[in-house]
Amino acid sequence: MHIYLNGEERNTDAASISELLVELGMEGRMIAIERNLEVVPKSTYSSAALAEGDRIEIVHMIGGG
Amino acid sequence: MTEDVFKVGSYTFTSRLIVGSGKYKDFATTKAATEAAEAEMITVAIRRVNITDPGKENLLDYIDPKKYVILPNTAGCFNAEDAVRTLRLAREAGNWNLVKLEVLGDTQTLYPNVVETIKAAETLVAEGFEVMVYTNDDPIVATRLEEIGCVAVMPLGNPIGSGRGLANPFNIRVIKERAKVPIVVDAGIGTASDAAKAMELGADAVLINTAIAEARDECMMARAMRDAVRAGRAAFLAGRMPKRAFASASSPTEGYIWD
Repeated sequence: MHIYLNGEERNTDAASISELLVELGMEGRMIAIERNLEVVPKSTYSSAALAEGDRIEIVHMIGGG
Repeated sequence: MTEDVFKVGSYTFTSRLIVGSGKYKDFATTKAATEAAEAEMITVAIRRVNITDPGKENLLDYIDPKKYVILPNTAGCFNAEDAVRTLRLAREAGNWNLVKLEVLGDTQTLYPNVVETIKAAETLVAEGFEVMVYTNDDPIVATRLEEIGCVAVMPLGNPIGSGRGLANPFNIRVIKERAKVPIVVDAGIGTASDAAKAMELGADAVLINTAIAEARDECMMARAMRDAVRAGRAAFLAGRMPKRAFASASSPTEGYIWD
């Protein structure tokens, strides 16, 4: 299925947010995820299903003033 | 004497120097300078992760969120919607409720967009965030942001990263005298005397990034800022002498040997 991950089109077999994180090698990292402009709580990663065309943003903390 | 602490929202700090984590040459220097500053609160930015290189080391491998209060910012946001989105994500990432709101007007001046800042502040306060808000050195806007429920108002000294010191010290003073929430001078501090001056005017704290990160010796400048903030605070609390138009002799004016 096609999703948009951090603004780029991507093909994924992941059915949920937690499967997507495994696919990306990002499980357990200090990140936050938005799905179609809604924050996805960590506690719901495994139940949060991905759908065709989803816009997913994965963010983390970097240096800034 | 009771200890002089800096209270903001539900937090209490000993240090009145808040530092940024941007512009450093590497994470090790960020860590060393933050330690040298004896800061207790440090700002961070929220950005997309690098999907192709997820294993890259991270700022928070160096700045321990258990040791420091992490203050997520909205740097780079030019409207209220993006700022609110960013801070909702920050809250989810680290369970951080204390945040720095900044909504910018344009890339050349990085001056705050006050209209969008007020909109974002209203939403964030309603959602339970403790908002420290970056704004112009305008006393009327500062009061408005306080009325909305921001836990600290952070007027600029000068544009972000300009290092020009305090453009309008009188306004900082006026903002402080009218405020019930802490006032933090954010942006524009270039060197230690600027930080001391801000504190002498009564600012409750200062927020410094570029002046430390771009110093030739970052850790030495961090210590200079730490000392300047302490000295300025002490001078403010001690109460400065009045300024006079004419001289006032320091030595007694009697008992001269020629009298």
